[in-house]
Amino acid sequence: MDKGTWTIKAGLAQMLKGGVIMDVVTPEHAKIAEEAGACAVMALERVPADIRAAGGVARMADPTVILAIMEAVSIPVMAKCRIGHFVEAQALEALGVDYIDESEVLTPADENHHIWKHDFKVPFVCGCRDLGEALRRVAEGAAMIRTKGEAGTGNIVEAVRHMRAVMDEIRKLSSMTTDELVAEAKALGAPLEQVIKVQKTGRLPVVNFAAGGIASPADAALMMQLGAEGVFVGSGIFKSSDPEAMGRAIVKATTHYRDPAIIADVSKGLGVAMPGLDISTIPEKNLLSTRGW
Amino acid sequence: MKKIGVLALQGAFMEHITLLLSLGVEASPIRLPRELEGLDGLIIPGGESTTISRLMREYALSAPLRDLCNDGFPIMGTCAGMILLARKVAHINGIQPLEAMDIEVRRNAFGRQVDSFETELKIPVIGEPSFHSVFIRAPYIERAGEGVEVLARLYDGTGVAARQGNMLALAFHPELTDDPRLHSYFLSIVNGDAKR
Repeated sequence: MDKGTWTIKAGLAQMLKGGVIMDVVTPEHAKIAEEAGACAVMALERVPADIRAAGGVARMADPTVILAIMEAVSIPVMAKCRIGHFVEAQALEALGVDYIDESEVLTPADENHHIWKHDFKVPFVCGCRDLGEALRRVAEGAAMIRTKGEAGTGNIVEAVRHMRAVMDEIRKLSSMTTDELVAEAKALGAPLEQVIKVQKTGRLPVVNFAAGGIASPADAALMMQLGAEGVFVGSGIFKSSDPEAMGRAIVKATTHYRDPAIIADVSKGLGVAMPGLDISTIPEKNLLSTRGW
Repeated sequence: MKKIGVLALQGAFMEHITLLLSLGVEASPIRLPRELEGLDGLIIPGGESTTISRLMREYALSAPLRDLCNDGFPIMGTCAGMILLARKVAHINGIQPLEAMDIEVRRNAFGRQVDSFETELKIPVIGEPSFHSVFIRAPYIERAGEGVEVLARLYDGTGVAARQGNMLALAFHPELTDDPRLHSYFLSIVNGDAKR
């Protein structure tokens, strides 16, 4: 019996596909998320919108919060550690969480290095803004990728930018000859063997979700039509006026993302979505997506 | 050509479709009741059983799926699919199984993700060599009724694959490997070549 293998790590992400992973801060939130049809939850002390508002240094959540959420639901529970903070990751692995998000939403612990994730039995998901960043993370051992977007803004524009960047690069690779791939790998800053793999299969080597700014059922379906295999919704659910209804609607829109009649139907009467932020009003130093490389 | 539907509400449905296409049958994703028409068989894939169960109810798929099961329609469930085919589920958390097979299963029976594993399984109905099987937060069979044939067990005797009539339930993920033998076995049930 082999545990913690690559197939097992990447396989759990395959089981999450077509689903919605919801940020939760209490066991009660977690139960609402599970009841709404979330395929997993992200256990946090604060949702990204509140982390953004609070400022200061954001760290791994208190294990008490994470354990209470693991106790409350039967779906997989993820938790975030800071970029490069491999000891927070070791602690999360010891708690038994099902996935670790090495996340730009928390304050980075290391500006030059991400975690060497192959050392862990627990799988990792990492953020990216383009194909090169995605493949660097996969090479380090990320078993799942999510585009970063701009967390806590309720604004989909950065998520769209990052997903388009990844998908455009993949399409571009498919028309290249082998010698061109070497130059392209250099330009992308990605390992050649990963680039070759992407060209052969026409997709990322691991499952790719969208994150950072999804605040409505239509946002979720937009990301799916652009090529996401599932979505993370952070502040979009529990910062809306009716989290239960919003959660259910986003789950349905993610499954039926190519069915406009269903998307229109589930978008009815959801109350007020989370307040949004215009990205251009955020000072550059406060952007989360530029954390990590 | 035979046409197999794969329930595509959430989970690893594309992996099943790819494997089925490689075996030379038609395969299509199923999200709504009207898409069930004209199928020769159905696969319920792995994913989150709570999510799939909720979407099945919300889009009125539970009743037609129960009817198909009662009519002896060929259905294969893997992991979450096994849970949804079961008569009874321990650790149920809001799931409403189809109660199609006379098996009682336990969800997340081996523990959390860190306890997920790969192992070799002897499965007599597909012969040698043993089948490389991937268990991810997997269920197992706690009890199987008289009409149920347990097709595979772990080294400690735990039942992890079963057949009842034209229904097949697997606790693991043949769609995550390149070995098509269990899908071929299911297609032989669809073709009526593997009658019991």
